[in-house]
Amino acid sequence: MSLGTDEASSTTPNLFTSRRRRFLTGRRGLLASTLSSLILVGALVSVFFWAPGSASVRYFFFNGHDMWESFIGHPQNGLLSVGRGFLTNIWMFLLCEVLILVFGLGVAWTRVSRSPVLLPFRALATAYTDVFRGIPLLLVVFMVGFGLPAMGLGFLSNQSPDVYGCVALTITYTAYVAEVFRAGIYSVPNGQILAARSLGLTHATIMRRVTLPQAVRTVIPPLLNDFISLQKDTALVSVLGAIEAARAAQIYESTTFNGSGLVVASLLFLAITIPLTRFTDRLLDRDRARRLTTLA
Amino acid sequence: MTTYPSNDVVLELTNVVKRFGDNEVLSGVSINLHRHEVVCLIGASGSGKSTLLRCANLLETIDGGSISLFGQSLLDEHIDADLVRRHIGMVFQSFNLFPHLSVIDNILLGPVRALKRKPTEVREEALLLLDRIGLRDRANDYPDRLSGGQQQRVAIVRSLAMQPSLLLLDEVTSALDPTLVSEVLDLLRDLAHRGTTMLIATHEMNFARDVARQVAYLDHGVLVEQGTPDEIFNNAQHESTRTFLERVR
Repeated sequence: MSLGTDEASSTTPNLFTSRRRRFLTGRRGLLASTLSSLILVGALVSVFFWAPGSASVRYFFFNGHDMWESFIGHPQNGLLSVGRGFLTNIWMFLLCEVLILVFGLGVAWTRVSRSPVLLPFRALATAYTDVFRGIPLLLVVFMVGFGLPAMGLGFLSNQSPDVYGCVALTITYTAYVAEVFRAGIYSVPNGQILAARSLGLTHATIMRRVTLPQAVRTVIPPLLNDFISLQKDTALVSVLGAIEAARAAQIYESTTFNGSGLVVASLLFLAITIPLTRFTDRLLDRDRARRLTTLA
Repeated sequence: MTTYPSNDVVLELTNVVKRFGDNEVLSGVSINLHRHEVVCLIGASGSGKSTLLRCANLLETIDGGSISLFGQSLLDEHIDADLVRRHIGMVFQSFNLFPHLSVIDNILLGPVRALKRKPTEVREEALLLLDRIGLRDRANDYPDRLSGGQQQRVAIVRSLAMQPSLLLLDEVTSALDPTLVSEVLDLLRDLAHRGTTMLIATHEMNFARDVARQVAYLDHGVLVEQGTPDEIFNNAQHESTRTFLERVR
């Protein structure tokens, strides 16, 4: 092969799409995608309905009557409302989210600080993130939920299971979120810091006015991802006896021998997590589009 | 503002040595910058021009020699580097505007947050500066809406808003599209005519010839020779200077 363009070839190359590709463009493409969707959904649905145990599964999990009963609850029969339980999940989620953002930022800030005074705190922050990112959340929930009351520390040891659950969630998720923040801080280009230092800004001012605003923008999508997991993990607090959606559904199941409440609880979680997920995806797409235009 | 005799030395770099590990980037470079004077640093990439500029405003710590600003040694352990940098403006090859701040907020950040001046007062000045570079109507735009040349001119104005005693310019046109270079160089020429004290690392030889009072040629961390533009460009004493100028011409 010679270096350079091919000057020997005198024939016109074929530039038309192949017949097979042409079949799938334009309106026929739409038809093809509709058809393939119908076939896929149809296949999944028929497996569900034709399975030998389909009827009993449908009765056990998707019984309309039980779904409604478990949702509103039945206090006279000792049945707790899954819907009301879910309110517990929501307030735990909202409270933890705020605490985690504040503490996570604090831990990240400590880890990237340079002041000699903060050295022991830096070491502590590093150890903290290492340890709590490494322990399963369930174990932390157990340790906090049974450990703190056993300590006999007065106020600290006399809280409800919901509160201990929030403490455990905050401890674990703060470790994750701190690392997300730290990655965001390190993602800010060095030129930004140099420019800010050249203006005579102090380290703290640079952090507050230059580094963090840029870091936070970068980490919003990964943070939302963590919050989607957090929202789901509020269900783990049920092991301490907190009456949240999953726990209420479990009680309904063990009392009535019908698991429809579990499906109700799942649907309630989805009602929160799917919009959050879509929102995160949109942010990610926008971020990607911005990056592409910046490069162009 | 204190006034200095016009021949007073603003910045004095004496025998500056800088090493990165085993690599000696500056081997005893001495340069004086007088008030209202423009000194251009020329030399191949990697000759140490940028490093010298960074050492001058303490972004790098030096391994030997001395640096003084208005006769005050900057190596004194009680020197606050942040305070030093408030008197020394620096402009970078890659602009480094803050992308999350509008043009006007980029300019306000230093004066308001470092000098603790009143935002309303600084805003007036900043708008006048933007007016001078013809970008007043872009004050509320974000940097990514501006062309490279516009961004670099804003970056120059950003450092001018600190009312520095001198400007360090690190190859400020090297990242620009050739068609945008002249608007930035014109601004620098204008600044030079107004008596701005500047130390400029540049690859633009015609520009250096026009504006510099002194030109210094650096090669592998050594200041080979320094003189007036005429002495350097028409009458270089050293073989390596002549070779370099031959290559860039």
